[in-house]
Amino acid sequence: MTVELVKEKWSNAVATVVIGATKEEGGTRSQAVECAGEEGLPFLFAEGKITHRPVIAMEILDLEPDDWPQSLTSAIGDVIKNPVDWALKCEKEFKADLICLRLQGAHPDALNKPVDELVKTVKDVLKATAIPLIILGCGEDKRDNEILPRCAEAAKGERILIGEAVQGNYKTLTASALADGHNIIAQSPIDINIAKQLNILISDMALPLERIVINPTVGALGYGLEYAYSIMERARLAALSGDKMLAMPFICFVGLEAWRAKEAKASTEEFPAWGSQVQRGIIWEALTATTFLQAGADILVMRHPKSAEIVRKHIDELMGSLTV
Amino acid sequence: MFIIGELINGMYKDIAKAIQAKDKSVIQRRALEQIEAGADALDVNCGPASKDPVNDIQWLINSIQEVTAKPIAVDSGRPQVIEAGLKVLKNKAIINSATADEEKLEPLIALAIKYNARLIGLTISKKGIPQNKDQRLELAALIIASAQGKGLPVEDLYLDPIVMPVNVAQPQMKDILESLREFKIISDPAPKTVVGLSNVSQGTCQRSLVNRTFLIMAVACGLDAAILDPLDKELVDSAITSDLILNKHIYCDSFLDAYRKK
Repeated sequence: MTVELVKEKWSNAVATVVIGATKEEGGTRSQAVECAGEEGLPFLFAEGKITHRPVIAMEILDLEPDDWPQSLTSAIGDVIKNPVDWALKCEKEFKADLICLRLQGAHPDALNKPVDELVKTVKDVLKATAIPLIILGCGEDKRDNEILPRCAEAAKGERILIGEAVQGNYKTLTASALADGHNIIAQSPIDINIAKQLNILISDMALPLERIVINPTVGALGYGLEYAYSIMERARLAALSGDKMLAMPFICFVGLEAWRAKEAKASTEEFPAWGSQVQRGIIWEALTATTFLQAGADILVMRHPKSAEIVRKHIDELMGSLTV
Repeated sequence: MFIIGELINGMYKDIAKAIQAKDKSVIQRRALEQIEAGADALDVNCGPASKDPVNDIQWLINSIQEVTAKPIAVDSGRPQVIEAGLKVLKNKAIINSATADEEKLEPLIALAIKYNARLIGLTISKKGIPQNKDQRLELAALIIASAQGKGLPVEDLYLDPIVMPVNVAQPQMKDILESLREFKIISDPAPKTVVGLSNVSQGTCQRSLVNRTFLIMAVACGLDAAILDPLDKELVDSAITSDLILNKHIYCDSFLDAYRKK
């Protein structure tokens, strides 16, 4: 007797978000990236159509990071001193699907860079690269409300993904995304209720649901990974069961989280029993990423080129497109 | 909770008038009002005054289909009126309703299969309204067996325990609620359950409160769907909140709006 697999029937699909615009669409990207749109749980191809593969964005900063471990910065190379070169290397050499530019230098405690300088960086990165762009503020609400609308304006027509809107600060950014035709990242602190509420608040301002991406906030392996996973899983189950206010793609900042972990950062000398730091860091980021793929991540924001390569290969295998 | 709006019924004077004058705008407005208030489907009934129900039901359905793709419950006691409605229906269809008499049930099950419609089965027969839970369960089992025998998926069957006015049949209320729970264990997969809610408050002086309270209790007993007045905002709010408490949708501060926007 053959055992028949139980197949779930879903009534709703995750929205498809399009990032980037080609020349014909009013932008300058070589091609747009279509995210999500899945009609079932991750990689369960028998239950629902999965049209788009998860994508990898590589994270760059507008200043040389001072708290990234050497094992990470050396893999990126000298380009780390210059966001434009860094972005170009991510595109050409590291095969990123998207660039994620974090304007860390805008933070009052960092360089408190003037807006014009940040706008120039955005324009320069767009000019040098051809893949779609994600722009993140510095995380300080007041400063972000000052700089992000100007950056959004500078990228008008490029249909970027811009973030991050939070429950206490979403109006300025939403208005900007609306005015300049961009997509928005809605961040909630590992809280499904706030994620849903924020999506409602943003959509109440007339931004279409298919222009919102959820950042559910995740934790690295060993730092709340399971909890974040369960929140994403619950949201995705609700989305597929019909909850349109949760049916958006997920963006997961796995690089940010993994490279904060002691296990990724600590040197080999400090913990000889843990093995090579270089390998450990790469594995920490890759494993965090592949776990969230199973929870429904649609955009992974990564830092180490080797981790990104491992994860890309893993996605190829999961999507069944790898010919071995 | 699957909410079926009850307000397009020739029993209401403005609807009867609109049917007579063939004034689409009244019907379409009532359809959209109900949907905006939270209705998932619309019940459509020409009412007792209609002289030509076969044409009237088709006109009503066509008018509604111009403005919404929501499912429509074709509501009539006469199979030929139901079939007339199903013939023009492009949206998903619900047949409202069949009683538990073999000769009435069979043709309606056949129609449900032919038109890919869901079917509301009333646990009532020519012997009258059941007086207790056991009689309701017996009739429910008969409807399920008949549906299964003819090949109508049980998931497409909505069983209605027949809600009586509380001031007429007070001792039966508990039985009616318990029936909802027990209908579910007659077969696997289980049938769905539905009530015509407004009947419970018929003749009482606190209609809205009685409707609302009964609905919440019924939802707690596993009720899947109700035919009700969606413009009673507190009623729909209570239904949404009941679902929330049963973990059927995810909480957020604007959960009432979120549900209505779904």
